[in-house]
Amino acid sequence: MDILRFATAGSVDDGKSTLIGRLLFDSKAIFEDQLEAVERTSRDRGTEYTDLSLLTDGLRAEREQGITIDVAYRYFATPRRKFIIADTPGHIQYTRNMVTGASTADLAIILIDARKGVLEQSRRHAFLTSLLRVPHLVLAVNKMDLVDYSEDRFEEIREEFTAFASKLNVGDLTFIPISALNGDNVVSRSENTPWYNGSSLLHHLENVHIASDRNLVDVRFPVQYVIRPQKANDHAFHDYRGYAGQVAGGVLKPGDEVVHLPSGLTTRIASIDTFDGPVEEAFPPMSVTLRFEDDLDISRGDMIARPHNQPHVAQDLEAMVCWMTEGAKLAPRSKLAIKHTTRTARALVRDLHYRLDVNTLHRDEEATSLGLNEIGRVSLRVTQPMFVDDYARNRLTGGFILVDEATNGTVGAGMIIDAH
Amino acid sequence: MLQRDYTTSQLDVLEAEAIHIMREVAAEFERPCLLFSGGKDSIVMLRIAEKAFWPAAIPFPLMHVDTGHNFDEVIDFRDRRARELGVRLIVASVQDSIDAGRVVEETGRRASRNRLQTTTLLDAIEEHEFDAVFGGARRDEEKARAKERVFSFRDDFGQWDPKNQRPELWNLYNARIRKGEHIRVFPLSNWTELDVWDYIRREGIEIPSIYFTHTRKVFERDGMLLPDSDVVQRGDDEPLFEAVVRYRTVGDMTCTGAVQSTAATVEEIIEEIAATRITERGATRADDRSSEAAMEDRKREGYF
Repeated sequence: MDILRFATAGSVDDGKSTLIGRLLFDSKAIFEDQLEAVERTSRDRGTEYTDLSLLTDGLRAEREQGITIDVAYRYFATPRRKFIIADTPGHIQYTRNMVTGASTADLAIILIDARKGVLEQSRRHAFLTSLLRVPHLVLAVNKMDLVDYSEDRFEEIREEFTAFASKLNVGDLTFIPISALNGDNVVSRSENTPWYNGSSLLHHLENVHIASDRNLVDVRFPVQYVIRPQKANDHAFHDYRGYAGQVAGGVLKPGDEVVHLPSGLTTRIASIDTFDGPVEEAFPPMSVTLRFEDDLDISRGDMIARPHNQPHVAQDLEAMVCWMTEGAKLAPRSKLAIKHTTRTARALVRDLHYRLDVNTLHRDEEATSLGLNEIGRVSLRVTQPMFVDDYARNRLTGGFILVDEATNGTVGAGMIIDAH
Repeated sequence: MLQRDYTTSQLDVLEAEAIHIMREVAAEFERPCLLFSGGKDSIVMLRIAEKAFWPAAIPFPLMHVDTGHNFDEVIDFRDRRARELGVRLIVASVQDSIDAGRVVEETGRRASRNRLQTTTLLDAIEEHEFDAVFGGARRDEEKARAKERVFSFRDDFGQWDPKNQRPELWNLYNARIRKGEHIRVFPLSNWTELDVWDYIRREGIEIPSIYFTHTRKVFERDGMLLPDSDVVQRGDDEPLFEAVVRYRTVGDMTCTGAVQSTAATVEEIIEEIAATRITERGATRADDRSSEAAMEDRKREGYF
């Protein structure tokens, strides 16, 4: 059994909570006491139906205001897979949350109301999914029962969305006609859509192939922590010096020739260690400890790669940045802390090339700053070399966060598009 | 030859993520500690810590906030495990907080030291100047927790502000704080109750005996089976009886209920949980039942 992480985007009106509620309920991930609590609260509030959004809207402010203010994580499993849902609110003010939820997602589900078709918000969600390089996108055309399960209507929406998606970097795009309320094509194929030959949504989630979405080609091992037993009882570990980290790309094997950055020195992997014994290979997302044949000066923030396949060693980064604070805006001359893999440095915003309208994809080159939930293309100068890849090639070595040094808040998320 | 597809099992993914989180904390903070109660989640967390730093010792102490109303079996287990691993165990005692006048003992039949723990915990964090505190909480436990970050920022007063949380993207965690503030870190955020048990089975980890079926004198209150003990106040209208039970969660005796069960092995526990229709906190925790937002309110004050 493996794990599929998926993000859902859409508003309550699109039936998102109903869909999630149904997936959880049908997979027995909602328990009786949770359902009773939701039913009780729905009744107290005078709602006629059981409001399943109450399951995910856990905070007092959310229940009081009837809104979702943050990413909620939900869990369910079938015999085939464990699923982690990042449930993100749909309104424009929550671009920040959708970006957060999408950053780790293998797949995104965008809900569209079959009566309303492709709205501005659907385009925004699709754009953010592509910006964050979520490898798989499902367009769930919901409320098919309200358009008489019309194939024509479904095809119309499919064509319109496909035309829009062709302007984006959407990898694998799947359209599924559903009714979350009635359960059509959610868990099993519906008799109401005989013209639809694809899988049910759950079947698709269970079977979509994600193992090759990871970058297994470019060896990238950001050194996280140096392990040196101080008072090893076992003399075997007296001179032990291992470099711990989580593999961010490629497949490492003992005996492989590797290069250490920033030194540029090469050595070979002597052993790949774990608590459970040495392993013959390491690949994402394994957390392991490497030992090398030569004694190099290696510390946290360094990178291990292959001599003939190295990341960019760069102090000038070109990136798309999503700004996440209602405090100070991002503008040329802003100084921030940057965290990329296990390396932290300071960054200066040298230029804001344009601000992107997330609904129309229009580039506003006159923009002078980025405010909360705005996205733009930015040039950064960093105080020390970073070992980076294009975000499109590797999400883990291409993504970074920006931290305000005055408030210590995480204020921006960046995706590298070029570096030198 | 078939090409390998490098599929990774859910437990391996969760373990790798938790190890990454632990190493990140050890690298970025000066004085972390790990909350260890002897309960199953903290036992799993301790195993992850062992793995993250092997062959070196775990580079931070353990801490337990002891209400004085814990089960003897669990306290014995706690002490033995810390000894075996050679890790320092700090016990912060709610009784000491009461004796020092920091908190006032609740009175009446439903008196519990559950809420008092927050003061003891925050005082201990301040006394030892901890800047990062590992907790075993999981997001599937409770809906306020479902929205909490892996690195959860706490201000000078130890408070959690759910509306002002730091966004968390990819595997990048923001560890920056000022002196006096701290971060609660939850390496098991993405684990479910079943994942925890599957992991205990896979790793062959020892757990306290009260998780397995046994015969115990109990009485019923609000549909929960509470133990016969000096520290639990029982009314005359709450008769004792013998029942075959086990504990699904392990906490303070005054607010932790037993469930009727004959599960004698980890395998049987997993079967039982897979079939159950009630959450662990709903089934066994009086502290979460007091209101819809009981957990959120306690967390805002600085609770686990």
